[in-house]
Amino acid sequence: MAKITFIQHNGAEQTCDGSPGMSVMETAIKNMVPGIDADCGGACACATCHVYVEPEWVDKAGPRNPMEEDMLDFAFDVQDSSRLSCQIKVTDALDGLRVRVPAKQF
Amino acid sequence: MSDVITTDAVIIGAGPCGLFAVFELGLVDVKCHVVDILDRPGGQCAELYPEKPIYDIPALPIVTGAELTSRLLEQIKPFGAEFHYNQMVTELIKHGDNDFELKTDGGLVFRSKVVVIEAGGGSFQPKKPPIPGIDSYEGTSVFYSVKKMEAFRGRDVLIVGGGDSALDWTINLQPIAKSMTLLHRRDDFRAAPDSVKKMRELVAEGKMQFRLGQVTGLKGEAGVLSAATVKGNDGATFDIATNTMLPFFGLTMKLGPVAEWGLNLHENLVPVDTAKFETSTPGVFAIGDINTYPGKLKLILSGFHEAALMAQQAFKYKNPGERLLFQYTTSSSSLQKKLGVN
Repeated sequence: MAKITFIQHNGAEQTCDGSPGMSVMETAIKNMVPGIDADCGGACACATCHVYVEPEWVDKAGPRNPMEEDMLDFAFDVQDSSRLSCQIKVTDALDGLRVRVPAKQF
Repeated sequence: MSDVITTDAVIIGAGPCGLFAVFELGLVDVKCHVVDILDRPGGQCAELYPEKPIYDIPALPIVTGAELTSRLLEQIKPFGAEFHYNQMVTELIKHGDNDFELKTDGGLVFRSKVVVIEAGGGSFQPKKPPIPGIDSYEGTSVFYSVKKMEAFRGRDVLIVGGGDSALDWTINLQPIAKSMTLLHRRDDFRAAPDSVKKMRELVAEGKMQFRLGQVTGLKGEAGVLSAATVKGNDGATFDIATNTMLPFFGLTMKLGPVAEWGLNLHENLVPVDTAKFETSTPGVFAIGDINTYPGKLKLILSGFHEAALMAQQAFKYKNPGERLLFQYTTSSSSLQKKLGVN
């Protein structure tokens, strides 16, 4: 089990239990975290599960994969810390992960 | 005014379940027209994951969205349904029992006995980037699609994005625009390599500009844009002069006009019964991801089942008082005749 914290645009925080093997997006949907739309259900095909990984977690969360990099073209306000949360797999090493949810996915 | 198209059934949505509905309705001689907002069949299978594998279609251990779509089209071919693409059904009017009028944004008018809503997650519509104040420029200086190219003649056009739509319109509008700038967040594109090559040639010839960055704000007044403020990849901010911006950030699903048709809704889904998959309006059915009922699973295979049961009731509406004889395609010569295999 890994604790994952979602920080809303207004600063509100929600910490959820993520199971290894699930994606960060699935963890958000399961816990009804607002602002993660995930239109395509995790196929890396819509860019509506965009999150910003907090600086101290960027390295641990790992680099974007090429498909994700392409899909981020369809996200708004892409930053160095931008990831699609369907492409971050929960692992024990990510226990404590903190990600920010954009004000609007689109 | 266009001529009214009279038919037994109008299916709203050419997703996999809408396509299979053509099959099930065809077996009971209910003739269909299919309307979809996209430019091709397949719905989410075509738009979201054409190349990605689906593993839970019975008897197809692995199939891509594109292949599933083409197999369904082959399966429904004998029934000769007519397809109308790039059309959004905007109005559904009930004139009487089993007498519905449907209008599309492209000017088509249908009159049908039954209506099947297979609209999935809603209609695919262009994503609108949440740039502050963008609403006040929409339709005057900001456009999410190109309906008539002539409207862009002599304009200072800024296209934002790096996909096929962005590249295609850059190339197509460049000759008639006064100036053309393409803005993208990186020097890589998820577009056809040939289009990227053409765009780079235009840049090399000095006919257009390519800039790296993302739009953060807009300048202008009274709905007329004068510049877009851009954050470059080095963090510096600069303005690009433009009176016409076209952002291409892909499509997203919105429920759209379905909400305005007087149907009961529950959390943006259409409640149906589980015997006929009929909505609160008799004669209007909802199948696939757009419907809801106790135990609903948003699976393609569930939508196939829903299509089969819906068709039984649609037959009754088309042929009041007639009894429908249940038959198997394996053994029924009349069904095989319809399928063109006998």
